Amino acid sequence: MAECGRVDSNTSGHTMDKSITLPPDEIFRNLENAKRFAIDIGGSLTKLAYYSTVQHKVAKVRSFDHSTKEAASDKLYEIAVQEEVTARLHFIKFENAYIETCLDFIKDHLVNTETKVIKATGGGAHKFKELIERKLGLKVDKEDEMTCLIKGCNFVLKNIPHEAFVYARHADSEFRFQTTNPDIFPYLLVNIGSGVSIVKVESEDKFERIGGSSIGGGTFWGLGALLTKTKRFDELLQLASKGQHSSVDMLVKDIYGGSYACLGLTGDLIASSFGKSATADKEFSKEDMAKSLLHMISNDIGQLACLYAKLHNLSRVYFGGFFIRGHPVTMHTITYSINFFTKGEVQALFLRHEGYLGAIGAFLKGAEEDNPNQYSWGENYAGSSGLMSVSPDMNPMQRARSGTFDMLEMDRLERQLVNLPLLQDASSYIPDTVDLTEDAQAREYWLYCFEEALDGVVKRAVASQPDIPEAAERAEKFRQKYRHKLQTLRHQPFAYGSLTVRSLLDTREHCLNEFNFPDPYSKIKERENDVALKYYQKAVKSLDELSWEDRQFAIVKGVLAGNVFDWGAKAVSEVLESNPEFGFEEAKRRLEERPWLVDSFDQWLERLKGPPHRCALFFVDNSGVDIILGVMPFVRELLSRGTEVVLASNSGPALNDVTNSELQILTERIAAMDPVIKSALREDRLTLVQSGSSSPCLDLSRLDKVLAMVVRERQTDLVIIEGMGRAIHTNYYAMLSCESLKMAVIKNSWLADRLGGKLFSVVFKYEVPAGKAH
Amino acid sequence: MKIKNRKTKETTFPWFGMDIGGTLVKLVYFEPKDITAEEEQEEVENLKSIRRYLTSNTAYGTTGIRDVHLELQDLTLCGRTGNLHFIRFPTHDLPAFLQMGRNKHFSSLHTTLCATGGGAFKFESDFLTMADLELHKLDELDCLVRGVLYIDSVMSSGPLECYYFENPTDPDQCAEKPYALENPYPLLLVNIGSGVSILAVYSENNYKRVTGTSLGGGTFLGLCCLLTGCSTFEEALEMASQGESTRVDKLVRDIYGGDYERFGLPGWAVASSFGNMMSKEKRESVSKEDLARATLVTITNNIGSITRMCALNENIERVVFVGNFLRVNTLSMKLLAYAMDYWSKGQLKALFLRHEGYFGAVGALLELLHPS
Repeated sequence: MAECGRVDSNTSGHTMDKSITLPPDEIFRNLENAKRFAIDIGGSLTKLAYYSTVQHKVAKVRSFDHSTKEAASDKLYEIAVQEEVTARLHFIKFENAYIETCLDFIKDHLVNTETKVIKATGGGAHKFKELIERKLGLKVDKEDEMTCLIKGCNFVLKNIPHEAFVYARHADSEFRFQTTNPDIFPYLLVNIGSGVSIVKVESEDKFERIGGSSIGGGTFWGLGALLTKTKRFDELLQLASKGQHSSVDMLVKDIYGGSYACLGLTGDLIASSFGKSATADKEFSKEDMAKSLLHMISNDIGQLACLYAKLHNLSRVYFGGFFIRGHPVTMHTITYSINFFTKGEVQALFLRHEGYLGAIGAFLKGAEEDNPNQYSWGENYAGSSGLMSVSPDMNPMQRARSGTFDMLEMDRLERQLVNLPLLQDASSYIPDTVDLTEDAQAREYWLYCFEEALDGVVKRAVASQPDIPEAAERAEKFRQKYRHKLQTLRHQPFAYGSLTVRSLLDTREHCLNEFNFPDPYSKIKERENDVALKYYQKAVKSLDELSWEDRQFAIVKGVLAGNVFDWGAKAVSEVLESNPEFGFEEAKRRLEERPWLVDSFDQWLERLKGPPHRCALFFVDNSGVDIILGVMPFVRELLSRGTEVVLASNSGPALNDVTNSELQILTERIAAMDPVIKSALREDRLTLVQSGSSSPCLDLSRLDKVLAMVVRERQTDLVIIEGMGRAIHTNYYAMLSCESLKMAVIKNSWLADRLGGKLFSVVFKYEVPAGKAH
Repeated sequence: MKIKNRKTKETTFPWFGMDIGGTLVKLVYFEPKDITAEEEQEEVENLKSIRRYLTSNTAYGTTGIRDVHLELQDLTLCGRTGNLHFIRFPTHDLPAFLQMGRNKHFSSLHTTLCATGGGAFKFESDFLTMADLELHKLDELDCLVRGVLYIDSVMSSGPLECYYFENPTDPDQCAEKPYALENPYPLLLVNIGSGVSILAVYSENNYKRVTGTSLGGGTFLGLCCLLTGCSTFEEALEMASQGESTRVDKLVRDIYGGDYERFGLPGWAVASSFGNMMSKEKRESVSKEDLARATLVTITNNIGSITRMCALNENIERVVFVGNFLRVNTLSMKLLAYAMDYWSKGQLKALFLRHEGYFGAVGALLELLHPS
């Protein structure tokens, strides 16, 4: 009994300025490469989707041909900046009032003439069909709304971490994001448009409308307009947020004088909605009636949703539709209702990109031949607006304006991403150690920290492209963009899901890429690698001279000392830049004496006296001393014990982290000096894989599919995670199903303080899952 | 709780059962017809005057009404034969009722007044201070279940208490038919008063409240008063009977031009209650009658929907609808009958009882005579 879609708009009455000047390059980006359009026209908002290709500069390293010795000169490898074409999905949301202006703009900038069709969905698609066809010269091809909605929903749930959230109005953070569960099915989608549709989704292609209700957003709007003479939906919600429903509703205490204790019904519970207005001789305020109406409808929808969830035994219930669409008032009342009717057993879930589902689905329908579902996609933080704060106190006009052009961009990832098969419980895995959305103090610190570091990042970005004159200008644009993001996050920490150190770092990488600074550290990394390689043989030799037990300790110390070399950490980059003499030995000397802050070295040593591991997966961190003098001797020792080693490094650049292609070259060079590494490579006992990531942190639930396959094939029984970004900011609490070793030096005094240590404190965390002890 | 002045052998007259709801007070009164001359002699004047007042009138004050058509005659109760009367008045007139009790020196009869409904709790002190009456408070759902089962059992001789609508999906063929409620369990009991309670009844002493909704009779009347300016349930129903809800509601066919076949939704189904009222033009073109009708249809269908889901979850096929929302409200009963039949593809049967809203009061009276 419900319409899945939206309604005829009633917005014609409001006086929105229709002749706006669009900042074209900031909203309809990459139109010149655009193909495959889709549009979802709702009651008041239009959502446009298109696919485009983006040309980006990427830094590639290439080994010199060693047969021509003289050409190699003193360079370790060649760094070439190349143009790379990547695929991107653009989604833009705007008021229907702008539709004509937008279509004109698109027509003027559209270069691609192969596109003949535009996929359309939504209640307004019919109304604007003629306009679209005339303006764009594309044939409008209508798609079923519900199908689009579900397709879109599956897509965001699979591809966007922190897509779903629980809403808690009075909590420290209103939005509590859910960890991505790779198993998204089955779920219940309750779409509250003018009516309500309740859909059970069982798989990518299987869904069923199991029920619905005619009491929905249209009832709130229609009945609300009759009762309060207020025409706009947003204004009605605003009225409701100011009202007192108890003057209109008959509460349990109005009938009982208090609670109905034996049934557990509290006195404040609504016994009869509008029960007090059954009289001709009393006036009721608009605010109170609107509030009562809102409660009545939200409670009713919540109750039905719970009854359906119970009947079909589903625990994941997502709410969407224009009634919800980011409105805190309705999210709150729905959440309250679900809590009440299920006694907290089911949580009401909402989606960050709920407004885009139809457009995403329509786009996917049209792009089936490109198989978008075969790829993994990632939200581009640089190009996406993020979740808006829609405080009910905000003037509705202001609100409409602030949400005038909302954007979502998703990049097609080179690699398909999956879970690390060695996670103890993938569904409860949370990569990040501190959730800055909930921890205001930590948020304050890190936002400040990233803002402080911005000058240095800009400087380094410019320095990385010395021959390009406009680099300074681009770097300045990067600074503005990233500073703006930081400011947004200060006010709306929930904009891109849970705010974490990882997301702040990733946002910075996205912004750098956006302004064509693909790898600001490329030259620094090269220099460091080169220097470190010169010491490799010496380092290995001195280790080999030690007794077995001394060697094990020296190797671990080497990894830790190597990890101090990190341009990403503020405290260290200052030391490094001011004192280039700061060397490996100095780092070892500075290292905290045992017992370390977290110290399970004795257990590790004990373990090493036992049988060798079958295969170790090692997530590496920085270039230079870290990887060459710290990690490689450790790897060498493992190989000598008969353990196979899989080295996982980043697919793309991030800070001074060693990338997979750099590591390929470095390993070859080391192999040329070291027979142990050489034979291990030849015999395939040492393998290099890419992590699938371009982040200084590590999300074990989004890793390269090949890595997961290798890990499984080799029966990996040890996972080593190194460095602050991967082992402390993320994965500090990660539980693995095999033995794990987390090693890092804390190079940030605030974080050290938080963890009860001091600057350069050492974390050496060796863990054996229960029941797996040798 | 021990009830004062109760003789183990026989309960003294007068026999009342009372149910004080959010909107209406329901009162059942047993009028003994087998009073012996000896008893007549002993009977105090107060008692006589109360009996005369209640049985010789059909209206009390401006708002009290005796539902004469529901009266049960020659009923044997606790060894006594007499007539059971059904009286109602609005809860907001309870002070006037208490004043009358005071004037008629009701308290001097030393009787126990068994009362249920929320008002038994809310007004307990008023009964004491205004009329010097002590209430014996009873749980409303206990009374409801007991009352339903009792009335159904004593009505086997005359016209059946329980009925249903035959051919509910065909307006021309739809007809009221008696239903013998033998082996009534399990049973879903839906009580539609100001709000709605839904109970699953497994035996006389075994039932549970499954859920409830605040969208009930009070919502219908409350919204009608705001939308049309009417002030009574009868007025609201009268208007509803003359209106057309399809002008107010947005139907599936208004959106899809016909049936939404992909999901098996017929074109006539309501997609959005009051959905047409989002448009200014349509708001200006509907009548008060249309609005009253749409309100009735919205509330009724919603109750139907929640009931159907409960029936499925509890695995119960028979649903009995009671409560004063259904009084003189054939429109809603037929809508419920239709909705149950259509959406369950004939699996669910909607049953109705003639004494609609009085079962709580009857249950309270039974508690007086046969304390459980």
